Amino acid sequence: MVRETNRHFKFDWITIILFLLLVGFGWLNIFSASHTGETIDYFDLSQPYGKQLIFILLTFGLIILILSVEAKFYERFSSIIYIISMVSLVGLFLFGKNVNGATSWYAIGGMTLQPSEFAKAATALAVAKYISDLNTDIKQLKDQLQTFTIIIIPALLVLLQNDTGSTVVYGAFFFVLYREGLPKIFLTLGVVVIFLSLFSLKFGFLITTIIAAISIVALYFLSKKKPPIVMSLIALLLCMGLSFSVKFFYQDILKPHQQDRISLWLRLEKDPEKLEQMKKTFAYNLNESEKAISSGGISGKGFLEGTRTTGKFVPEQHTDYIFSTVGEEWGFIGSALVVVTFVLLLLRILHLAELQKSQFSRVYGYGVASIIFMHFLINIGMVMGLIPTIGIPLPMFSYGGSGLWAFTFLLFVFIKLDSNRINEW
Amino acid sequence: MRKFLLFLSVISVGFIFIGRLFYLQVYTYTASKHDLFLDNAIRKVYDYPKRGFVYDRNGELLVANQPSYDVMVIPREVDSFNIEEFCKLLKIDTVQYNKTLKQATNYSPRLPSVFVSHLSKEDYAVLQEKMRKYEGFYIQKRSLRHYQRSIGANVLGDIGEVNSRDIKSDSYYTMGDLKGKQGVEASYENILRGVKGLKFIQKDRFNRDIGPYKEGKLDILPEQGKDITITIDAKLQEYGELLMQNKRGGVIAIEPSSGEILAMVAAPSYDPNILVGRNRSKNFSKLFNDSKANPLFNRSLQGLYEPGSPFKLMNALIGLQEGVITPHETVTCYAGYRYGNRFMKCHCYIGRRNNMISGIQESCNAYFATVYRKILDKNGSASDGIDVWSKHAKSFGLGNYLNNDLFVGQKGRIPDRDYYKKVYPKTFYSTYTISNAIGQGEIATTPIQLANMIAAIANRGYYYTPHIIKSIDGDTIPKKFTTRNYTSIDKQHFEPVIEGMHQVYKNGTAKWLQVKDIDICGKTGTVENFTRIDGERKQLTDHSIFVAFAPKENPKIAIAVFIENGYWGSRFAGKVASLMIEKHIKDEITRTDLEDWLLRYGLENEYEKPYSGKPFNINDKTIVHPVDDLEYERLKKRLQQFKNQKS
Repeated sequence: MVRETNRHFKFDWITIILFLLLVGFGWLNIFSASHTGETIDYFDLSQPYGKQLIFILLTFGLIILILSVEAKFYERFSSIIYIISMVSLVGLFLFGKNVNGATSWYAIGGMTLQPSEFAKAATALAVAKYISDLNTDIKQLKDQLQTFTIIIIPALLVLLQNDTGSTVVYGAFFFVLYREGLPKIFLTLGVVVIFLSLFSLKFGFLITTIIAAISIVALYFLSKKKPPIVMSLIALLLCMGLSFSVKFFYQDILKPHQQDRISLWLRLEKDPEKLEQMKKTFAYNLNESEKAISSGGISGKGFLEGTRTTGKFVPEQHTDYIFSTVGEEWGFIGSALVVVTFVLLLLRILHLAELQKSQFSRVYGYGVASIIFMHFLINIGMVMGLIPTIGIPLPMFSYGGSGLWAFTFLLFVFIKLDSNRINEW
Repeated sequence: MRKFLLFLSVISVGFIFIGRLFYLQVYTYTASKHDLFLDNAIRKVYDYPKRGFVYDRNGELLVANQPSYDVMVIPREVDSFNIEEFCKLLKIDTVQYNKTLKQATNYSPRLPSVFVSHLSKEDYAVLQEKMRKYEGFYIQKRSLRHYQRSIGANVLGDIGEVNSRDIKSDSYYTMGDLKGKQGVEASYENILRGVKGLKFIQKDRFNRDIGPYKEGKLDILPEQGKDITITIDAKLQEYGELLMQNKRGGVIAIEPSSGEILAMVAAPSYDPNILVGRNRSKNFSKLFNDSKANPLFNRSLQGLYEPGSPFKLMNALIGLQEGVITPHETVTCYAGYRYGNRFMKCHCYIGRRNNMISGIQESCNAYFATVYRKILDKNGSASDGIDVWSKHAKSFGLGNYLNNDLFVGQKGRIPDRDYYKKVYPKTFYSTYTISNAIGQGEIATTPIQLANMIAAIANRGYYYTPHIIKSIDGDTIPKKFTTRNYTSIDKQHFEPVIEGMHQVYKNGTAKWLQVKDIDICGKTGTVENFTRIDGERKQLTDHSIFVAFAPKENPKIAIAVFIENGYWGSRFAGKVASLMIEKHIKDEITRTDLEDWLLRYGLENEYEKPYSGKPFNINDKTIVHPVDDLEYERLKKRLQQFKNQKS
């Protein structure tokens, strides 16, 4: 374990190295996905790879800044950071710039800044602060509600700005709260709701009700202390109500493009003509991205040799679909290594979080891991066609200054907190 | 427990992702997907090399290339302009314009489609200047064949787009490639076509080119097609084709000292240029569907006929080789030959005594029936005898493909004992197959086989495989064309036969066809033939056949002429043979009377007969029909033009 007595080396270098690996490899792929001609100017600011290189260089400044600030600062100022972040989100409604239908950017000079990226880190700090407060007991309904409020405010704000992807990420805080003692019933409920929703969409109301009934009867007989039969009946009615409302939610609340994404994912659409239509329109990205990945084979086509990447077959490849470049040019070996690197990074963070002596640091660490995990899960899952299309970047990897800096902030605040562990006896 | 929820989630998601990657990249991955040729992000553009030219034996250019211009359209880019004016330039109407544009759009709005193919040079010249006005349209140049003269369609062949079978059998070809379909174009396809080059171009998702793939490192440079020189003498070929007008049949002339094919005439024929360009498919179906004249059928190579009397030469040679007869031994003819209770007629007067020379000269059936029976009965067993006979005949290249470089051919037939097993399973006597004695019965040969047989006689015992390639871009030709194939007949036995052939010209059946100062050796043939009309076997006027070589010493040309339903040998075929020999040896024609006769008379009336639905007469109950005056004048004019050509 890297635990140097030297003051300058007391940071967790494993995490830092994994972070640098992802950023560096990410840039190589951004370069491949966005370079156009034979002449290569690494600092060509008209190209994404040139800009990203600048962002990366600036990141080092940010890292030094974060690490040189006193660790206590983050805990003490977390409320203020949170409030500033929420204000910046609200400000978007007045001064925001609309890009691709989402009003998520501030235009400052030639640059754009996406406050929602930073809001995740701010929320993680605020949640950590609130839960670690001695007066907070997460098992209490009042405190649960307060915690949920902290999380729901930014989630709602980004949803109103049409940034559905970022909203979903706030679901990550469930892992944090669960670790800190959120009653098990939430986990059970969550799993039941997810399964019921998917079953209802896929198999319809009737079959879902039958399955629910069978499960409840089975549970009734399996459990040692029999609950009143009325309870089981209520549970069944609730299930039926949920199943029924899922249909309503899907048809009347979701927007058509969201419906289509889900319908494609669950293979609800049977009409081959409509499917063909889907392939040509919104499923195009997914289709091209899957084709690019599978064309890589075991060892890939080589750096800058991906014909689909060079031909820009996958739209948004340097941002949300950057993983398809890895798939095509670096093959199974390269892609699996990226997955493994992410897994190692996440496990390392979780491991460090568990080592923390202060609850604030632990909760925050869990927040960091949860947020990165959520992005990792949704982004790579989407690019490989495992989950419906939700547009969020791959942390440290995708093109974009705001995202890179936000994740740097998120991670390095934790690294700073971790380095301060020794002082917290 | 609570610690492990996220921990386990991370690990299981990691496994699921790696599993999915494995499925996409390893499990469903096939090498072919990785193949550049199947990668639809890479456009494969072929760079077609120049197709080789074809020259005749005297260095005269026969086949070259010509540019052809297609108007192409990219529907998406079509802008508004004066459509009527544009249509006028293209010589189409606006209905046609809209229809073609719609078809092209249906195919792809982004990709180029052919809008109008094969513009004439004149149209191209006019259109080219105004093309920039018509956005979305452009002109693409292609290379087509150009046949310099309107002769030798059956020799030269043609090129056409490959079909799916070609692509399957040879991976070189891709859709839209051109390939030799017949004749020399087909048999020397690999030399003429060269090797096409290949460029890999990186596309983007809109199917636009964005530059060479890997800076063109993988591109293949095209290799130009090689020019070839063929053995055909264009002048002789043209002359032969002219003489064969209004007749059906085949002529093959071979240079005995090399096996080179000097002329290969199939009648009827067509102008090879009609199978080039815009009207190719229309003209091709027209030729293809003409089942009566069948111009695509190369009668000089594929026409399978009973050889008739020329085969008597072969029986004479075999008789001498087998020692069953001497040149001076005589056979008495009774105006025919009686065997058992049957009788084979002959033109000789009763009691004429023929030796070998006069037997050939008068084409005496009785003489050759006797010789044939002596050959078969030599050892007392006709079963053995016919196998010996068959082997000798086959040593002249009869009854088999000649293993040459011609695109089509026929095996022909020289029967042996096995062949007759079905009809005569037990007993077999020489009289059963007596028709073979006079070249009828079960024997079948093509004109080229017969010409080759005559070349072997002219060479006194050997032949070179007849071939059409003279040189390949200065290169040498295959060895099999420069090695002698020896027949099983000894050299000394040829002289009496040749003398007989010489007498055919001096005093025999071809004495009216003599050419001053040339010692020609020939043999006439008149072959009975039949057709089926409404299931009934009907005899037609005999085929006119003639074989010859000249001069008698150091022969320069051996020739076989078949003319369907021309009646006796010297009536049509002999005249063609004599004229072509004279043309080849002296390069000028003294027998203009024969020439004129051949232009004047045709056989179309004979060919009409079986289709007329009425009863008809044949042979001696018919008279030869002149062609109409207009046609005659046209041929005379062509002959005059031909003679005026500078050599």
